[in-house]
Parts: sequence; structure tokens; C-alpha cells
Amino acid sequence: MKEIVVISGKGGTGKTSITASLAVLGGRDVVVADCDVDAADMHILLQPKNLKSEDFYSGELAVIDQDACTQCGKCFDVCRFDAVDVNEEGVHDINELSCEGCGYCARVCPVNAITNIPLNVGKWHIANTRFDQPMVHAKLGIGADNSGKLVAHVKNMAKEIAEQYNRNYILVDGSPGVGCPVVSSLSGAHFVVLVTEPTVSGLHDLKRVYELVNKFHLPAGCIINKADLNPDKTQEILDFLKEEEIIHLANLPYDESFTIAMTDCKTIVEMDDSKIKKILTEIWEEVKQIVNSVSKKTT
Amino acid sequence: MKIAIASGKGGTGKTTLSTNLASYLAESHKVVLTDLDVEEPNSALFLKTELYYQEDKFKMIPQWVEDKCTLCGICQKSCNYHAVIQIMDSIMVFPELCHSCYACSELCPEDALPMIPKKMGELKHMKTDQFDFVESRLIIGEEQAVPLIKQSLEYIDAKFSSDYIKLYDSPPGTSCPVIEATKDADFVILITEPTPFGLNDVILAIETMQELKKDFGVVINRYGIGNDDIIDYCNDKKIPILAKIPNSREIAILYSRGELLYKKLPEVKQELEHIADYILTKKEAAI
Repeated sequence: MKEIVVISGKGGTGKTSITASLAVLGGRDVVVADCDVDAADMHILLQPKNLKSEDFYSGELAVIDQDACTQCGKCFDVCRFDAVDVNEEGVHDINELSCEGCGYCARVCPVNAITNIPLNVGKWHIANTRFDQPMVHAKLGIGADNSGKLVAHVKNMAKEIAEQYNRNYILVDGSPGVGCPVVSSLSGAHFVVLVTEPTVSGLHDLKRVYELVNKFHLPAGCIINKADLNPDKTQEILDFLKEEEIIHLANLPYDESFTIAMTDCKTIVEMDDSKIKKILTEIWEEVKQIVNSVSKKTT
Repeated sequence: MKIAIASGKGGTGKTTLSTNLASYLAESHKVVLTDLDVEEPNSALFLKTELYYQEDKFKMIPQWVEDKCTLCGICQKSCNYHAVIQIMDSIMVFPELCHSCYACSELCPEDALPMIPKKMGELKHMKTDQFDFVESRLIIGEEQAVPLIKQSLEYIDAKFSSDYIKLYDSPPGTSCPVIEATKDADFVILITEPTPFGLNDVILAIETMQELKKDFGVVINRYGIGNDDIIDYCNDKKIPILAKIPNSREIAILYSRGELLYKKLPEVKQELEHIADYILTKKEAAI
């Protein structure tokens, strides 16, 4: 079983539209994992029916028992996150958005007035897409910390399902950026698909996210989306790929039919015309070939 | 006045709006733009800047002093993040898991875990010929954006008086980095595109701003593609739509080259005027 992670550094380059298309092409060979838990969108295209939903707890939140509190101020003194608010009457209270659940306040409270409660940071679902394939997705609670842990959980569930049902590929839609959710989505991956666009920011962010991929020593391929928008930038990206020995998977044209398909809640490979469908099919075949040959090398 | 430019979804035009609005407002006001998307800072790519000041930014992590340690185990017990772990007769520190809460360090009876700085990123203060620009950039491999965002905001507050219009180009999403970048703002501009993804994610962003009790409005970018659901949604919820930036290949090409839009495209300048009017009315009302 091979785990393929799609990331981009920059948001809005077409990651989710492309991942969903690959999922459709992969059909019953694939388990889908939407790891963009911050702003998950894959469900819009794949319309999964949830079979199982559960709350996800991670980290803790300090709570002050006002009856026990003597307002001594120790918690306020030790908190590095400015999470203890003290009002004019001297009432000490925890600011839930600032509290990072380190538990230091509870440890120093002389009257044990502070307890740490487990924090519900979101919900995760096991679902079946309209292409009859398993999908694991999640929604991080507003302002929640620990997105990395929720990503890890989504991936673990996807892996269990893939093993249980003998599916060959896990397709992971990652989040933008290079922070904790992205790091978490890369761990355990077999191959990384980088989706970029020929813009100054697309290339800049590609370079940064590839630096991260490199730290994991993962093989990577790149899709240049909207490649005809700026041929000079596309050439610059191609040069970068060559230099870093990143496989150039394909160029996709700037084509509003991606948006038209999305507005219809469909993937582009379900649309009739399809020069783009042909390219995406070739990409999927190549990715499969790469991940399977990588395994032969390592075993 | 502090204005954050945010969005649930990535790639909807946060940086485009931030850089163009900063430049436009700077024609008549004192402006500082800060790029708080520390994971992927892009604003500088669209500005002609000169470096004015630069500093490394650090987070504090514990360092084990073997000679002083009695292996009492208090540090491991006091770390909720499993960043300090006792293995056999040594203490291991995992900096990427550390939240710099100081509990292990200050609760250690032997002072065997002093806090030391570890570089997490760089802050650059730059100047364009019109306005000040501050960018922070996380080192690749550092996972936590929040401490760097916090320190960047502290820099801005220390260096720029309240008569500046402070614009914050925020990270995408709705989790902790976005909260950190927007929680101080007087007004939040949420930029989205009129597609199902854009709508889904802007609703998440709207709910986040409501939770934070923020004053906010919506800007629709790439107006003309997709459908009108976002407009119906905003009208229904009585959320102000500040501007509609049209969809065009020409805009996409100018963006791809790193050029500002409004100086070349009057239709974009007109939309910026709408946003500026709205913000400046708020600013005057606040005084």
C-alpha cells in the first residue's frame, strides 16, 4: 500500500481539484484522506456519505474553579501565553483561545483550583465517496491548535482502512504552508505530488515546501497548473525541477473548466471534453508506476 | 487602525489585496503592511523594497545540564507536550514539540533545564517608496507559526504609532495561526472567490470571526466565475460585501509577474476605492 501526498506550499494552485480527479481515476484502488483539516473542500467534489463520525480530542484546556480560587495570582505569573485574565474584581479566568494547555498553572496552584480538561478540537469521519471508495476526512474546530495531530489521525485511519480492504493507494490532500499539518501529512508518505502555478508566489512557495519535502528524503513529482499563463515562469519552474531532480509530471493549461466543473460539484475528469482528462489520466498512470517502482528499489 | 486580510481558502487573493490596498492607501495615509503568513510569505514578491532592519527571531527551549540533573523526573511529568523525556539516565529535549511554557525549566529543583534561544525565523523591516513593510519568515522544519506571528505583532506595536493604518496579510485557514494574526485587528477583510470551495471556506472564516466577535466584511475576488451563492449568503446574513474584483486572464498574468494591479487596471482601482472608503469611514467613526 502506497501513500501519495499532494501539497503545494501556496494555496489555490488546484491541489484539491487535482487530487479529487486522481481519486476518481483511481476508483476502488484508492482510499482518500483529506488532510486539509483547516479548510477541507474535497467533500464538495466527492460527496461522501459519512458512515462513522467521532469527536477528536487532543491537548488540554485549563479551567479555574472559582469557588476554590483564592486569587493568589500564581497562575497569572507562570503563564507564558497571557491566557489568565484577571478582571477588576480580581477574578482569575482562562482565555480559551490563548490557553495552550501546558498545565503549568494547574501544577503551581496552591489550592488545586485548576484542572485540565481534554480539548475537543474537531470531528473526523469515515465515509464512502460517490465513487464507492473509502474516504477519511475531518474538520478542525475554530481556532483549534493541534491540527498536526488530527492530520496524523486521519492518515492513520486511512491506512487502517487501506490495509483492511486491500486498497493499493492512499491519496492525501494536504494543506497549504509548511507548518505542522504539512509536516504531519508528509510523515510516512511514499511519494509527494507538488502542484504549483507559474506565478512569482507559486514558484517561491514551491521552493520552500520542497525544502521541507527534502528533509523527509521523499521522492517528488510536480504538476504545473495554469502553465500557459506565464511561459517564462513555467520555464523557471522547469529549471528548478531539473536542478532538484524533481520529476516533471505534466503541465495543465489555464482552463476555467476546472471552475465550471467545481461549480457543478464535479471533478474535471467527469466532464466530456477532455484534453485535461487525458493529461490527468497519464499523470495517475505515471504516479502509480513511480510509487510501485520505488517500492521495488527499497525492498 | 489594524486591519487583517484573511480567508479560509488559500489562493483567493489575500496577498494581492494586501499589497494593492497598502499601496493605494499609502497615497494618502501612513501605512505599514505586515506579512503574517510566516509559512509562505509572498507580499515582498509584489513590492519594490529596500531592507531597513533585520533580526533573527527565537523561541525559547530547555537545554539539559547533565551535571546538575538528579534524574528526579519532574521535568518529564511537567511537560504536557512530551517534549522532555527521560530515557535511561539522560534527558532528551524535542524542540519541535516544545511550546516554550517554561514549566520544566522553572519546576526543575536543580536548575538543570535552563531555557535557551533557538532560532525559528527572521523578521525583516523593509521600506517601499510609499510605505513600511515587515515580513517574518519561518525556518523550514519549524512547525509552529504562532510564536513568530506573535513576535511580529509585538514589533509592529512597538515601532508604529496608532495613527498608522496597519495591514496584516494573514495565513490561510481557520486554526491557531489565523487566530493569532487576526485577534488584535479592529477590522477583518475576508477575501474569497465565488466558487463552492470559496463559499465553503469563507463560511468557516466567517464563523471564526463571529466567534472572535470581530467586525468584518467580505471581498469577492475573481468575480464572474462560479455562481452567485456567496452574494446570496452574505445578503441573507447581512454581511457587508466591500468589493467585487473581476475575474480576468489579464489580472492573472499581471499577478504571475509580481505586478501591482490597480495602477494598470482602473476596474481594480475602483474596487480598492470602495474598500478604502469603507475602512476609512470606520476609522473616523472610531476616533
